[in-house]
Amino acid sequence: MSALLSLVDVTKRFRGLVAVDQVSLDVAAGEICAVIGPNGAGKTTLFNMIAGGFAPDGGTITFAGQRIDGLSPDKICRRGIGRTFQLVRPFPGLSVEDNVIVGGLLHRTSVAAARERADDLLRHLDLHSKRHQRASSLTLPDRKRLEVARALATDPQLVLLDEVLAGLRPTESDRMVAVLKALNRDTRLTIVLIEHVMRAVMALASHIVVLHHGARIAGGSPETVVRDPAVIESYLGADTPL
Amino acid sequence: MGRFDIGLSPRGLTLLAGLLVLLIVLPWFAGDYLLTVLILIFYFAYVGQAWNVMMGFAGQLSLGHALYVGLAGYLTAVLFIDLGIGPWLGLLVAIPVTMVVGAVIGFLALRFGVTGVYFAILTIAFAEFARIGFDHLEIVNGSGGLFLPVAQHESVDFWLLRGAPVMFYYVMLAATVVALVLCRLLLKSRIGYYWLAIREDEEAARAAGIDTFRYKMGAIVVSAGMTAFGGMFYAFYYNNLFPEQIFSISRSIELIIGPIIGGLGTLLGPVVGAFLLTGLAESLNTVLAALGVDLPGAKQVLYGVCLLFVIIALPGGVWPWLARRLGLAEKGT
Repeated sequence: MSALLSLVDVTKRFRGLVAVDQVSLDVAAGEICAVIGPNGAGKTTLFNMIAGGFAPDGGTITFAGQRIDGLSPDKICRRGIGRTFQLVRPFPGLSVEDNVIVGGLLHRTSVAAARERADDLLRHLDLHSKRHQRASSLTLPDRKRLEVARALATDPQLVLLDEVLAGLRPTESDRMVAVLKALNRDTRLTIVLIEHVMRAVMALASHIVVLHHGARIAGGSPETVVRDPAVIESYLGADTPL
Repeated sequence: MGRFDIGLSPRGLTLLAGLLVLLIVLPWFAGDYLLTVLILIFYFAYVGQAWNVMMGFAGQLSLGHALYVGLAGYLTAVLFIDLGIGPWLGLLVAIPVTMVVGAVIGFLALRFGVTGVYFAILTIAFAEFARIGFDHLEIVNGSGGLFLPVAQHESVDFWLLRGAPVMFYYVMLAATVVALVLCRLLLKSRIGYYWLAIREDEEAARAAGIDTFRYKMGAIVVSAGMTAFGGMFYAFYYNNLFPEQIFSISRSIELIIGPIIGGLGTLLGPVVGAFLLTGLAESLNTVLAALGVDLPGAKQVLYGVCLLFVIIALPGGVWPWLARRLGLAEKGT
């Protein structure tokens, strides 16, 4: 089976610093892939290249059989990749519902249809009762959920989730994990996520890629990755309870 | 319903409908003085609404809207004087030309990444080019000014827009209502949602699949085209055009204060702002005259103090505050 998203030797340099160093990665359709690694490992830079924020200095990114590296973020979104931002960026002055409607209008011309889709997603993400509040009045966990809802409203084939579980309480985190799993199962949504919460990564991911100093040091099923000596040394630490 | 819906409660709607009826029947009772004040109010409400599309909705600050007013004013005036083409037909030329000029400025700015205050400066620059250019343009009599044949007060010719103040009153009232309805339609459609998204966070908007270049261009072009009608009206109402006046930066500033005071990005803000500002200016005239104050600049100073007070006390604008206090806004927002 050919991969939905395929990165080959993707490299990004910031002046002297090699932020992402020849990373290759395949994500099959319907998969949940987690990218983990210590702070500064290049995870968000990798995401920004996939989502179109940065053009890679080397390598290729292919999505659904077509090269997407160097395309603008809006073009990549229209191709079917949704994203959230690590530092959340809701539209602060708009209502929660309007935030999601903006996403829903990508493939719907009618606001009413986009609202229907938005309300559906907000119900899924436990934000429906807050849909008339301004986004700026939400707490951080709610804003993270809102980011996810807005990204999903664009009907992506694949979503890039950048630390959407960080800062959530365990029960909230479990709830989000359940929502993402259900979406993956029911709609075959492919998910690539950056995450530090190992408990959630283990519960969600079918595939893990580990970055360290911009390079890929391990990859594979969750069970093999967490037993990889290089991963334990660089990231998890010898005594990490799982 | 979102926060930027016209968002009126039943009480608010009743009030607005009542005000509209009052304004429609007013010419039967009111004298010419009151009508001319109201014409000015409608004019500022209209061009404020047009400017608000660009800044209030899409977040693109223009400080050069006098360019569009002046350009359309000159175009329709020249077509009328030299070719005998009436203002309504003239608009068929003036609106597209103004939109193209807006598109060129927008393209240059967006293509070369001129944003924020630098974009605002660019809009000033183009208005200044026009001011200096028209000053030396022989076909419009340069700095000597262009004059339209003065209207006969008795005869009303709607197609040529020659006639008594009451005709101008109804034309501008209708334009203000149309602009309000048009803006509401735009705001409640995809383009409006996209404009607000771009205003709120351009990068997040792009990540949601919005072609920000295209929609920002849209805002500039719509705003310029709407403003063109204001320019035509200005030319035919005042019957004289001087580059030094019509393209001056103070004209650009004058037309943005209304929507800012009234409530940036709201539908009724420009209308409320225009009533307040023009009302304030006119009542200061009356009060100062009654008090026998004859200090030069006294009116301007008082006007400035009042503006300062409003901006400090109600930074979000008068309309959102008014709507909340009087229960004119829809619940649940």
